[in-house]
Amino acid sequence: MTEASAMASTALPALPTLNHNWRNSLSTLLYQRRTLTLFLLLLPPLLWFGVVYIGSLFTLLSQSIFTFDEMAMSVSAELTTDNFVSLLNPANYDIVLRTLGMAVAVTLGTVAIGFPVAYYMAHYAGPREKGFFFVGVMLPMWASYIVKAYAWTVLLAQGGVIYWVLRQLGLLPVLEAVLRLPVIGGDTLATSNLGRFLVLTYIWLPFMILPIQAAIERVPANLLLASADLGAHPFKTFTSVLWPLAFPGVVAGSIFTFSLTLGDYIIPQLVGPSGLYIGNMVYTLQGTIGNIPMAAAFTCVPIVLITLYLALARRLGAFNAL
Amino acid sequence: MGIAIAFKDISKHYGEVSALKQVSFSVEEGEFFSMLGPSGSGKTTSLRLMAGFEQPSSGSLSLLGQEAAGTPPYARDVNTVFQDYALFPHMNVLDNVAYGLMVRKMPKAERHALAQEALAMVALPEHGKRTPAQLSGGQRQRVALARALVNRPRILLLDEPLGALDLKLREQMQVELKVLHRKLGITFVYVTHDQGEALSMSDRIAVFNHGRIEQIATPRGLYHQPRTRFVADFVGSANVFAADVAQALCGKRQSFAVRQENILVSAAGSAPIDGALLMPGELLTVQFLGASQRLEVQVGSQVITALQADKSSASSSLIESNLFEPGLPVTLQWRAQHMVLLDD
Repeated sequence: MTEASAMASTALPALPTLNHNWRNSLSTLLYQRRTLTLFLLLLPPLLWFGVVYIGSLFTLLSQSIFTFDEMAMSVSAELTTDNFVSLLNPANYDIVLRTLGMAVAVTLGTVAIGFPVAYYMAHYAGPREKGFFFVGVMLPMWASYIVKAYAWTVLLAQGGVIYWVLRQLGLLPVLEAVLRLPVIGGDTLATSNLGRFLVLTYIWLPFMILPIQAAIERVPANLLLASADLGAHPFKTFTSVLWPLAFPGVVAGSIFTFSLTLGDYIIPQLVGPSGLYIGNMVYTLQGTIGNIPMAAAFTCVPIVLITLYLALARRLGAFNAL
Repeated sequence: MGIAIAFKDISKHYGEVSALKQVSFSVEEGEFFSMLGPSGSGKTTSLRLMAGFEQPSSGSLSLLGQEAAGTPPYARDVNTVFQDYALFPHMNVLDNVAYGLMVRKMPKAERHALAQEALAMVALPEHGKRTPAQLSGGQRQRVALARALVNRPRILLLDEPLGALDLKLREQMQVELKVLHRKLGITFVYVTHDQGEALSMSDRIAVFNHGRIEQIATPRGLYHQPRTRFVADFVGSANVFAADVAQALCGKRQSFAVRQENILVSAAGSAPIDGALLMPGELLTVQFLGASQRLEVQVGSQVITALQADKSSASSSLIESNLFEPGLPVTLQWRAQHMVLLDD
């Protein structure tokens, strides 16, 4: 025994001793006081979110019940519900409906295009291919938003690439027939709701693909096989197994596409027919007229819509699997 | 009884890798057929071909007398119990079990009644309202079984269904599966890498290795008459001797196997059994296993394992002592009838 330990001590070099400097003492203090550690970790984000972010949002929203004097063009702290009441007059109501309709359409469009891509990425792509897809999906996000928006105005213009391709294919009459349809149509693609829909769908698509991809990746492939094994056709497997399990991802993605469309004010200016969106209205009210109370009332609309949407998604069981 | 499953010259390649190489065999209706082999041997690929999750690269596969290549899983009269159970996490247990019936558009009340019956069969009648996440591994296993059986398949495929359970539960489930098989009278195809499991449950066993079948036999046939070196070693870890050893012993130039329990180890110089074949060696280790002991003996360059009764008993003075000490010169002996000649 003593011989063995003597041998070991001669054979092995001595380990350096742990030194107890102030850094170690601090680590030990944080190790022993878990609450203090967590408090220190959370303090910066709490300050940022709680004070700067939520605080300023609340300040803005609270203005919605202030009074705007149109004669004096000034805001006074007299409390009123007039701003919300005037949201209901047809001119304003139209703006809300127009924006909401486009937000719903863009959300559905991005789901329709994004889901197959996300499914392929999650269940079929190998590691290299998946990397390629991730870069491919996110690459457009690296370019400036305004550049992409202007690029689309060129693409959609009457002398643009899309018109040229359709003319070469002899499909121009089809486009013209589509553009004659009410609501989605217009004089040209660049001034139609269809064109605006295409641009918004393109711009927000990555925000839909990524959450759906993450959700589908958590669905074991065996569940889809089990469904087929139990007699379900692919369509039934999709509606009964894949879609319900991927739904939280769809909801997460649609929160992005929905709220980003509700808040956009540049694309509605550059592409599509005339007619304001909520974002344009807020911009005009605040920037041009200085009617901050009415702008704040308009700002409440997307918040209320998203809240209603989340409540609905919750009732549909979107968050049960989380 | 007809043929439930027939493989004819089936190969399956994944790119450069071939998982199955021209495999042919058939499973009879009502049989408990096991596919045994190490991982990557082709047993799971065979099962997935039967289920329709994969299509053969070449060859023909028939199920219940009908050509099945190209038939999708949902059109086959076959159900699968998955290794990881594959229960639907967003449905409760009852809806999981009723899934196959729901797909067949059976009315809700009716399918829930049948699912409830199936849950009772696997001894989980009270668990219908729970979600799979609230069940233990053993309970999930039973739900997966009920979910497959409620469709009354003519063939049930089981992919290492007991792999994730602990030993005691596994043994209990082995007995229950066997009872269930006898009661239902349908064909069970069982994939496992556990030879004990295959031996204790099966009517016949196919031993897979490197994408081929080494041997198909009854459990007893496989154990006592292994045909190849691989089977002898994989099923019950027999001692395999090279051909030149056989030539020195009995003149035949062919490799052979001797089961551990058929080799008697005794101290060198003690009287041999009449007609036994003898081989000298040196004892390496002794492992006490309770009723028996496992002895490892160095013979030339080979280590031979022998399993024999442990002679110590509570009343004897031998409790702490053992006749066998490592380093002891010993004689190995076995009867000629215990030598199983191998093809390879």
